[in-house]
Amino acid sequence: MEEKLKEILGEYRGEKSELIPILQDIQSCYGYLPEDIILEVSKFLKMPESEIYGVATFYSQFRFTPIGKKHIMVCEGTACHVQGAPQILEGIERHLGIKEGEVTTDLEYSLESVGCLGCCALAPCAMVNDEVKSKISLKNIKKIFKKNKSKESN
Amino acid sequence: MNFDKIVDNAKKDYKSLYGSENPLILIGSATCGNSAGASLLKSVIGDELEKNNVNAEIIEVGCIGLCYAEPIITIFKQGRPGIFYGHVTPKIAAEIIKSYIVEDNPLPEYALGTVGEGKIEGIPPFFDTPVLKPQVRRILRNCGFIDPKNIDHYIANDGYSGFMDAIKMSPEEVIEKLKESGLRGRGGAGFPTWMKWQFCRDSGGETRYLICNADEGDPGAFMNRSLLESDPHSVLEGILIAGYVIGAKKGYIYCRAEYPLALERLKHAIKQMRKYGFLGENIYDSGFDFDIEIKEGAGAFVCGEETALIASIEGKRGTPRTRPPFPTTSGLWGKPTVINNVETFASVSLIMQKNPDKFAEYGTEQSKGTKTFSLAGEIKRPGLIEVPLGTTLREVIFDIGGGIPKGRKFKAVQIGGPSGGCIPEDFIDTPIDYDSLVMAGAIMGSGGLVIMDEGTCMVEMARYFLEFSQKESCGKCVPCRLGAKQMLDILTDITEGKGKPEDVDQLAKLSEGIKKGSLCGLGQNTPNPVLTTLKYFENEFDAHINHQTCPALSCKEFISYRVIEDKCDGCRLCFKSCPVEAITGEKKEVHVIDQEKCIKCGTCIAMCSKNEAVERVQKMELDEE
Repeated sequence: MEEKLKEILGEYRGEKSELIPILQDIQSCYGYLPEDIILEVSKFLKMPESEIYGVATFYSQFRFTPIGKKHIMVCEGTACHVQGAPQILEGIERHLGIKEGEVTTDLEYSLESVGCLGCCALAPCAMVNDEVKSKISLKNIKKIFKKNKSKESN
Repeated sequence: MNFDKIVDNAKKDYKSLYGSENPLILIGSATCGNSAGASLLKSVIGDELEKNNVNAEIIEVGCIGLCYAEPIITIFKQGRPGIFYGHVTPKIAAEIIKSYIVEDNPLPEYALGTVGEGKIEGIPPFFDTPVLKPQVRRILRNCGFIDPKNIDHYIANDGYSGFMDAIKMSPEEVIEKLKESGLRGRGGAGFPTWMKWQFCRDSGGETRYLICNADEGDPGAFMNRSLLESDPHSVLEGILIAGYVIGAKKGYIYCRAEYPLALERLKHAIKQMRKYGFLGENIYDSGFDFDIEIKEGAGAFVCGEETALIASIEGKRGTPRTRPPFPTTSGLWGKPTVINNVETFASVSLIMQKNPDKFAEYGTEQSKGTKTFSLAGEIKRPGLIEVPLGTTLREVIFDIGGGIPKGRKFKAVQIGGPSGGCIPEDFIDTPIDYDSLVMAGAIMGSGGLVIMDEGTCMVEMARYFLEFSQKESCGKCVPCRLGAKQMLDILTDITEGKGKPEDVDQLAKLSEGIKKGSLCGLGQNTPNPVLTTLKYFENEFDAHINHQTCPALSCKEFISYRVIEDKCDGCRLCFKSCPVEAITGEKKEVHVIDQEKCIKCGTCIAMCSKNEAVERVQKMELDEE
């Protein structure tokens, strides 16, 4: 078993109720839930993989493919929606050349939308890793989500 | 551990901090403040102080609620009232430090108001300004003034005295106090808190659990986030009191993962509680053992529903189950469980620290106390506010919120999230309390208010909420899983110009079925936003379906973008930014949008914010030209 995984599972007793926190720890370490790791978790919790996938696919937080270095979550909450979040999402998609749920080829950015970030007073907003970017407009998208120049020119 | 001694020390330190010879600088560092730029200010201010060779204490505090004016700093100088400064950029921060701290010129042009004794010319008392005057800050009393990472600050402001009093009483006596206060659950449904606790006590059995629902999932609501970031101990003290009353040994806080800062501050606060002896065995010789564990949510809206939340803590898919039995009889792992909202717990601390009468002096006959609300959307002064229950929507939106920006017209206020409804101008004098809002077709919910102006299409809003609820449906019961999808398809068709005259009746019928047939609150309330918009904005449905127009000029299918010839100075900003090269025109000449190519993304309008030379028009009008 991988060292990193050993360390994560070492924090737990192996009870079924610990499944979600374990998956959360794995995702924050690997960026997503790799297939081989789920198999290890299944052994650890003595729980069929199907059951683990049943839980993991229920919650929108869990991903099964890798994400970019900077993971963008565009807020789709009511306040952001009223202030143009759909156009912002489209604008970011055009700017980065990827659709929601995809990763840029240089693995710099990945993009998804999210229910509400609770930063409604400074809408529209998005979270990049753990940092909230507020008052995004079609005007400042390029400035906020800077592309990796050197790789772009290749 | 001796609590009196802890209090004495905390009060002494707090007093010397606020009365110190050295200036005290508070930086509003909740999520709103940080994203507006507060995180940069600490180093800028530190550098400026060092440059001028001045000593000052800098503290990162929580949120004072004036999100529109972030970043906010507050400066206390000995013998002077404190001054709140708003819109503080690094440059302004440096200017304020130099001018006020070094040279004693308070720079009224940047000030929002003063707090404490004394006056400063040109600066109004902070709590008399229009945004704060109608407010009564009880739950939020410490927010923006204390360091949320320092338990001593909370204790110096009577913190944990409510719990210390509670453990001297019997659980029944505490319940009696809650009953006197009239506190009803702040999560939205408004169930009397004392009754829920009593039910749990009456359920028998040795093991009981307590859960704090911090899964603030309603889009447009951020009261709980702000409170947890700004004064976490006020919530934790309430949890402790509840644990003692219901006889639980373990409490869980279920908090959404989208709130990293709130989680960080909670974790820190719990460590401090342990250090001060508020968690563990035989807490302060009361015979009461208690511990708190944080469970991070994993992004499922339905987990705000109590039985789904319990399933999620147990490590399962977060699907609700039928009630009864209610969680107070059979909850977490089949044991009696009390689930309350973040603000309910903060209210419990308040009631126990002050007294039930003090809590109940505000509010209406049936809805006692004050309540926090978040104001967002098309409003001049968005932010976090606290008002007595019974305050009207008009007072909140126009007096506190300052009304609609850019001279536009108010259209509706969305209250109660995806389970609530949109209330139009005719009902804007409705008092905000549990019962009046239900009469108007909405619910109080947890307290998110999103304001919409004439540029918001109500049919599109109904579609947006349906899309949200449909996405978040757990799929367990058919009316919600399939009914919501049908409603969403119909609404999408209407916004895309494919609406049929019979659609309105069909929506009403589906709504009725979903309401009657769904298992949990999420499903039962899914049709609410559609029902209120059908009731109050039928004309907009009619316009979309029968006249192929969108009165708000919002739905892409019905609009076109056009350059206003008189206003266009040919600056080429729109030309350069158009992603599909639909704009043509020479420098310094009027530009033209090619309607065939235009994808209606809105970039040209955003770029032309100075001249406002691009406008949205009804598609019909342009065809006629």
